Amino acid sequence: MKEYGFFYRLVERAREHSAFLFHFNAGACNGCDIELVSCLTPRYDVEQYGIRLEASPRHADIFVVSGPITRATRRPLELVYNQLPDPKVVVAIGNCPATGNVFCGSPMIEGPLDHIIPVDIYVPGCPPRPFAIIEGIAAAIHKLAGRTLAGPGGNA
Amino acid sequence: MNPAHAIAALLVFPGLLYALPMGLLMVGSERKLRARFQGRIGPPLTQPFYDLVKLAAKWPLPRTRGERDIMALFPLLSIGAMIGALALLPVFHDNSGFAGDLMLLVGLLEIPPICLVLAGYASRSIYGEIGANREAAIDILCNVPFFAALVAMAVAAGSLQTTNIAFATPWQVRVPALLAVLSCLPVKLRLNPFSIANAEQELLAGPLTESEGRLLALWELAHVLEWVALIGFAVTIAIPGRPGGRMLDVLLFAGASLVVVVLLTLFASGTARLKLRQATRLLWRCSTVLAAIALAAALLARGN
Repeated sequence: MKEYGFFYRLVERAREHSAFLFHFNAGACNGCDIELVSCLTPRYDVEQYGIRLEASPRHADIFVVSGPITRATRRPLELVYNQLPDPKVVVAIGNCPATGNVFCGSPMIEGPLDHIIPVDIYVPGCPPRPFAIIEGIAAAIHKLAGRTLAGPGGNA
Repeated sequence: MNPAHAIAALLVFPGLLYALPMGLLMVGSERKLRARFQGRIGPPLTQPFYDLVKLAAKWPLPRTRGERDIMALFPLLSIGAMIGALALLPVFHDNSGFAGDLMLLVGLLEIPPICLVLAGYASRSIYGEIGANREAAIDILCNVPFFAALVAMAVAAGSLQTTNIAFATPWQVRVPALLAVLSCLPVKLRLNPFSIANAEQELLAGPLTESEGRLLALWELAHVLEWVALIGFAVTIAIPGRPGGRMLDVLLFAGASLVVVVLLTLFASGTARLKLRQATRLLWRCSTVLAAIALAAALLARGN
């Protein structure tokens, strides 16, 4: 195990405590979007972990994508992904970006997401529950901070 | 005033060494209190510090040199102006900081909004331009009552020295003028009912839409110092006397600043964002009327 300096550990800690999200709807039915936004409400309150939904992709660390990638959203998706500054992590919310879900095989679909941009975390569900989304974001934050993941997801 | 005092005012108190932790604490407590008022737990008080470190550690995006330099110039300019404004605040009775007057202090306090407008236009993003447009409009708008209230206090005190204004203004001018200045604070800090220029989600991030990583960290730093300077300015011209001892002066200044933060947060969490037109009407009907009352009272008091 290598010993890191003070600033390295400080940055690691800061990344663990402050994650800005940018949410991209790639043709989703709004189900996942509603579940994602409900994470900000008093019931789940993700701001206590320093998580904030940012409006500009330039400010964000975590790129949250929902929806099967439709033909109209593929080009904007790539553009927005390239606008996030490094280090960044991609979280796919719901079944649609992971597999195409019920739209699988449709000629209007360019997905799944990992054919277009590298995906770090998948949150399955149609739609996933807010706790599942928070768990996915927490895994993404661990990855941002350079920690390895525990559990069956393992060593991402 | 001697050079040692001036350097101490710039770098130690009320300059950088005091303003940076105090500003982070102010912004952190604003976020925490807003969350508590909304029934949430909210982020820890250290949250702005973590945000700042994380943003500073992000990789910069590839830009041309000219573009990068001009985008870094504006936040650096506002940070410099804010440190200068902090050093001019009349915290102590014997005025051992710079012997600057009200004009210089107000001029320095006006630099961050101007930089934000220019940065919005320089970003060449449509959202940045709309944000800059709104920022320019709302800033000019709130400067009418802000300057009128300050002019009223200066006329009543018969001096442009900030210390004299703080001590010598009679109460019938001081009360309406301070209410007008207080009502302009949420506009200048872009807090909720007047968060028109940086309207989150509505305009993406307003003038700062294209700023990433270190640039955004510099802007956050400027914003944090702006909190301390603007609230500190309102507090120093509000308190009619100083307890005397240096430590007591500092404690009174810091405590009163935090009380103003609580009031601003309460106001921000109780209100929703206004349109530019509604904000105009509100500022003309409340702040400008208060400032006009203060001006009239000042002219009457001077006539005696």
